[in-house]
Amino acid sequence: MCAKQVKQAQREVETTGHSWDGIEEFNNPLPRWWVWVLYLTIIWGIGYTIAYPAWPLITGHTQGVIGSNQRADVEADIKRFDDANAGIKAKLVAADLASIPANDELKTFAVSAGASVFKNNCAQCHGSGAAGVQGKGYPNLLDNDWLWGGDMEAIHTTVTHGIRNTTDEDARLSQMPAFGVDGILEKPQIAQVVQYVRQISGQDHDAAQATEGAAVFAENCVACHGEDGKGNREFGAPNLTDAIWLYGGDVATLTETVTKARYGVMPAWTGKLSEDEIRAVATYVHSLGGGE
Amino acid sequence: MWDYVKLIVLGTIAVLAAIGANFAHDLPYMVNAIVVMLAASITFVWEIRHVGEVRLHPANEYMDGVVRAGVIATTFWGVVGFLVGVVIAFQLAFPQLNLGNITDGVLNFGRLRPLHTSAVIFAFGGNALIMSSFYIVQRTCGTRLWGGNLGWFVFWGWQLMIVLAATSYVTGGTQGKEYAETVWYIDIWITVVWVAFLLVFMGTLWKRREPHIYVANWFLLSMIITVAMLHLVNNMAVPVSILSSQSVPVFSGVQDAMTQWWYGHNAVGFFLTAGFLGMMYYFVPKQAERPVYSYKLSIIHFWALIFLYIWAGPHHLHYTALPEWAGTLGMVFSIILWMPSWGGMINGLMTLSGAWDKLRTDPIIRMMVISIGFYGMSTFEGPMMSIKAVNSLSHYTDWTIGHVHSGALGWNGMITFGALYFLTPRLWNREGLYSLKLVSWHFWLATIGIILYASSMWVTGIMEGLMWREVDANGFLVNAFADTVAAKFPMYVVRGTGGLMYLTGGLIMAYNLWMTVRAQPARAPVNANNFVPAE
Repeated sequence: MCAKQVKQAQREVETTGHSWDGIEEFNNPLPRWWVWVLYLTIIWGIGYTIAYPAWPLITGHTQGVIGSNQRADVEADIKRFDDANAGIKAKLVAADLASIPANDELKTFAVSAGASVFKNNCAQCHGSGAAGVQGKGYPNLLDNDWLWGGDMEAIHTTVTHGIRNTTDEDARLSQMPAFGVDGILEKPQIAQVVQYVRQISGQDHDAAQATEGAAVFAENCVACHGEDGKGNREFGAPNLTDAIWLYGGDVATLTETVTKARYGVMPAWTGKLSEDEIRAVATYVHSLGGGE
Repeated sequence: MWDYVKLIVLGTIAVLAAIGANFAHDLPYMVNAIVVMLAASITFVWEIRHVGEVRLHPANEYMDGVVRAGVIATTFWGVVGFLVGVVIAFQLAFPQLNLGNITDGVLNFGRLRPLHTSAVIFAFGGNALIMSSFYIVQRTCGTRLWGGNLGWFVFWGWQLMIVLAATSYVTGGTQGKEYAETVWYIDIWITVVWVAFLLVFMGTLWKRREPHIYVANWFLLSMIITVAMLHLVNNMAVPVSILSSQSVPVFSGVQDAMTQWWYGHNAVGFFLTAGFLGMMYYFVPKQAERPVYSYKLSIIHFWALIFLYIWAGPHHLHYTALPEWAGTLGMVFSIILWMPSWGGMINGLMTLSGAWDKLRTDPIIRMMVISIGFYGMSTFEGPMMSIKAVNSLSHYTDWTIGHVHSGALGWNGMITFGALYFLTPRLWNREGLYSLKLVSWHFWLATIGIILYASSMWVTGIMEGLMWREVDANGFLVNAFADTVAAKFPMYVVRGTGGLMYLTGGLIMAYNLWMTVRAQPARAPVNANNFVPAE
């Protein structure tokens, strides 16, 4: 209705004759389009409730004539993919772990499935790009620096059983002593060994202290980190000679690490993920660049 | 005599609250008990100083003091609510703003979010509804507010509720129901205040001097009655202890979810729609100085609206444990609700026919018109989002947040601003507003702010909905949740900026209203607007 028509229409209609605080009301009829759209939605509504499950009855409800069932739809949708993937999943579970990355068919499937598993389960700590969280103890999975090993077998074991958790007795386990808190080393000794670690990792250091620190290191640290400080995967002991740090390579962080030790935990995924999912995510992590 | 009874009651409450604070099982209970103790003590002292005073209630004057207080409270809580909204919007973009290390979680998003929603819905919106219904019902019934000082009890009771709710949220008190977070004893207090509100409103209607009840009052009364029913049913719970803020809800599982969204949707339907339509039906024809477009339409759309709204709640629970048939009914009733909702829009907009030129000259009318426009837009968007296929994309995304805000900022906010601009000069007997230019500034800041808010939320909402459902050829999800969060960042900044503009508009309004009261010359020696017209 254009403005002119409205004016005309309103000249013809009367008000209801009441006035509240000066407000009157016109007696305009209902706009026709409004009434028709209302009727149409009602008719559509009746039709829709006939077609779909809608009205509650004493026991149960009307089922709808077209037989829609959301739950069945979802189940069918999931089953469609499950069925389509069932064959290759079986192959994935049966295959020798080490052979998966070399098998194009299995690898393609496992990487796409594993990426999805990773994003829903692992990204919370390791980041959605798997780069970890630097300085917070969540390892970067993109490089070839591995704490517990980077071949398929090792990654699979880590994912299955986790690290230092209390739920899986096969979890990878090791514990660095809290050298300061437990009184194994004196503060000056800690300062020396920290300088030594800075030296072997190629950073600025106090040469005199580092020399002293070498002796402290040889007495206390080599059992796990090795004589050359390159770590030991048996114990998940990190390589201290590269530029890659879980918690940080600056003096303050190193001092804290030696004093209080670290105890990074990863949950065991067996039971939460199926074997094919664990294998898929292991393949995915293996494929990120550092796989051995 | 009555004064001494009040003193005894207030003193007893103060002492009991002190005891409660001492033996409280949890922090929110203790903080709330201290607030009650302080409120009772302050009222006690105030009563002592006014013992024996007779408070006059002359029948030939409207009771406007409580409406003036409501105008101040609405403005104040509005600005507070917008401010908290801007803070949490930027917290989502920049999580460091949670200040978790400094404040021990008190200012976390999770605690500030109910503070924001309650501040804007119940503090800003609630005060707007209470003060405008007190104003409207007196004017359209041609009689003073019923119940003497009961109107003041409603006002102060509501403010106490707001303070209790706010202090309990930031200290961790909640019953975990959206828009019904207030814990059990605050719920009981809300019930007491709300029943007093109902009595004042009904009493005034009862002694009206007009033969008929004006349409605004139908909407306001339906709001008061239905909100009472919703509040009572959704908050049925058994307290863990008389000294604890914790309680166990009577319903559980999907029944509880359905009750919650029956409440939640009708809080939108009756609090934010019917109640504000009541405001619209009074302030728009008054400001436009035009008769309401169609009496017939107001009758039909009123009854259609209140009949249909109450069934629409299940559309909040599509694709959940809620049975499909209930979702179907929720969706169908939501779609049929489209035209009844638009009836209010048509009646509001068409009331301006013959006065469209005022849009150019009167920024208050402009505010009301854009408010009705946003009402029409969100009452179209709502039914559309209730359609299952649309909902499967939109649910849990920011689209919902955008939808809510185009309704809340656009419709509820703008019509309330219009009402505040209308009321302030009349209630304080001033020669018009301090500055119409500032009203224009407020209008444009708020409008552009809403557009930034709503459009950024459409973009992120649809984007994250598509990202969540994206699967590869083997049926595996493509995106991590964190990927969607990262992708939303720029839009979160745009949204926060829109909110900041809206807040700035609110501050400009507060200044304008303050200056109207302070600096504008009085209109006449006595406030003619304050007198009940003779028969």
